Amino acid sequence: MFSKDSRQLVLAHFWVAFIAFFAALLLGEWHMVIRSPLLDWIGNPELYYRSVTAHGSAMGYVFPTLVAMGFGYAIVELSLKQALVGRRWAWTGFILVMLGTVIAMVPVALGKASVLYTFYPPLIAHAAYYIGVVLVVVGSWIWVALMSVNLRAWKKAHPGEAVPLPMFANVAGAYLWAWTSVGAAVEILFLILPVALGFKSTIDAGLARVFFSWTLHAIVYFWLMPAYIAFYTLVPRAIGGRLYSDVMGRISFILFLVFSMPIGIHHLFQDPQVGAGVKFLHAVFTAMVSVPTLLTVFTITASVEIAGRLRGGTGALGWVKALPWHNPMMLAVAFSFILLGFGGAGGLINMSYQLDFAVHNTQWITGHFHLIFAGAIVIMYFAVAYDLWPHLTGRALVHGGMMKAQLWLWFVGMIILTFPWHVVGVMGMPRRMAYFDYTNPEIAPQAITVTLSAIGGLLLVISGVLFLLVLLRGHRSGIVDLPEFRFSQPVHAPGRLPAALNSYALWLALMIGLSLVNYGYPIAQLVALKQTSVPAVPIGGTP
Amino acid sequence: MASTGHDVAAAAESRWAWIVGAIIAFLVAMMAYMSLHWAAMPPVRMETIDPTTLHIAGEFVETNLGSAAEPDGSVTVRVLANQYSFTPQCLVVPANTWLHFRGTAADVVHGFSVSHSNVNMMLIPGYISNFQTRFERTGEHVMPCHEFCGNGHAAMWAHVQVIPRDEFIRRAQSQPGRRLSCVQ
Repeated sequence: MFSKDSRQLVLAHFWVAFIAFFAALLLGEWHMVIRSPLLDWIGNPELYYRSVTAHGSAMGYVFPTLVAMGFGYAIVELSLKQALVGRRWAWTGFILVMLGTVIAMVPVALGKASVLYTFYPPLIAHAAYYIGVVLVVVGSWIWVALMSVNLRAWKKAHPGEAVPLPMFANVAGAYLWAWTSVGAAVEILFLILPVALGFKSTIDAGLARVFFSWTLHAIVYFWLMPAYIAFYTLVPRAIGGRLYSDVMGRISFILFLVFSMPIGIHHLFQDPQVGAGVKFLHAVFTAMVSVPTLLTVFTITASVEIAGRLRGGTGALGWVKALPWHNPMMLAVAFSFILLGFGGAGGLINMSYQLDFAVHNTQWITGHFHLIFAGAIVIMYFAVAYDLWPHLTGRALVHGGMMKAQLWLWFVGMIILTFPWHVVGVMGMPRRMAYFDYTNPEIAPQAITVTLSAIGGLLLVISGVLFLLVLLRGHRSGIVDLPEFRFSQPVHAPGRLPAALNSYALWLALMIGLSLVNYGYPIAQLVALKQTSVPAVPIGGTP
Repeated sequence: MASTGHDVAAAAESRWAWIVGAIIAFLVAMMAYMSLHWAAMPPVRMETIDPTTLHIAGEFVETNLGSAAEPDGSVTVRVLANQYSFTPQCLVVPANTWLHFRGTAADVVHGFSVSHSNVNMMLIPGYISNFQTRFERTGEHVMPCHEFCGNGHAAMWAHVQVIPRDEFIRRAQSQPGRRLSCVQ
């Protein structure tokens, strides 16, 4: 079951996502080269910040959103085996995302919106930038609603049956995003836009940062959802194994839903507008959100071990050798786990605020989230595309060697890019710098690390080119007759599940309740404070 | 047979869940211990200030910026950030002394860290940030603005000189009432 219309819908999402990704990738590499000692200082740092704004907005708001949306539509048809309800609405959402992207990127390109994708009020960009971002989010909300509607339609037709794990996880991701995006939406609609449109001239920078932190951390879990869905529902099947535990998968996705939001103030450990008690509370909850990842590491490793043993591997480590290492999905999951391991360990360090003093706003942080997002998550996006492509195009995807080279280059490139960032971050190199004065004796020893990162970035660009080539060639190869698309089978198929593991009401109530508790106090405190609004500082002249 | 296999699997799973719980509990306990025992807390009290008048009156007027020796032997360091410099642009502080940093921003969000130390503060206009630390050794440090504050952000670097405590006290006593910076 994968209708032609839906295949076109998914392909449209994926292609726009990957084109945005590639453009932003080129900008990223330019940043590393222009600030390395390989070239002269950038003549006009303003261009650098335009480019960083475009890189962050495309990578953070456009690329993962479209991947999640496209993958979500595919999951509806492939796992529920029913035609997508509301296809016209889905196209409307897609067009809104594209329209929003263009509307946001025009002022960015003109240098009227160099506020980076994290906004930083009281800096105020041209209103079109924020309106564009809002349109992207509204487009994705249509997707959220459609995921809910489609699940409801399926449940009506299959009363009492267990929702297939891919769809259960997919809808959890959709709800997570709906609630996550509320923070930034409030910040834009109620604090920033009135100023950008000229109705107000002051803004509370501290309150705006609290609202943004609501979105800023949990958005990473939204980016992560497609990767985790692939871990649980594609990897075991692709490498010839079984999913170790279907129930543990459900629990992990539920834990993400509950613990992703009430933790975002760990981005504000060094900020003055939030008290120490709230910071401690959010640090503890941040520790909780590592639980679903640690559970996933166990379940997926166990599932991979099953594949290794089914393929004849024996002994404590013999099964590792027996794994199908020629299979791109096998490579992808191995690389993803290694990068997730380093990135996750870094995350635990950031969470412990005494250690965060040493690394906050240094290159360490840039290294951390590139490992997690651009490393562990994006590598699984590649794998998802490779896995789905033949079912989307009806044609074979035959360039196995090129796929493996692409994944290897991305893995090695990401390590060469981010490990030097971690090292200089501990030495105190700040992030978001258009140039460094390498003649300063304190900075001179760090020059070599910037060159290394530029080399890592070059490998990533080559990998990005190969990725697009593989997909493009996939549209031209021979038509194949494919067997029906399958997701992973668990060792024990779930029979009837308790309502808590088959629906969301309880968990959504917890998600909303915990967020309101953990954010309600600091927000109420800030709203009650008098005289905290400060004059706005427009970018590139009066807005 | 099938049920034994299932039992083994379930036992392995719950064993791992307990290990995960123990790791998390350990990390949280460590954080709590350090917070209470070393008083290593993030910025604490919330204080506000009007950035449009801070140059006219109050503790962030220009003559009050820099390092001030306090009667209890500690030193208060007041820093003001604006696009694209700090005032003072070079801080001078004594070694082996508790330093109370107090800072704010006059226009947009800034921040700073001091190299080879754990000094790390965000400066948000409208709010006063505070942080306590001490330097064990004398020496020179760079102090970059570490939060994007506009197109000139990359040019915003200050310095910190850590000098022997005796010398700091001598300088402070020779100019009573004046705040110290690298400018003598």
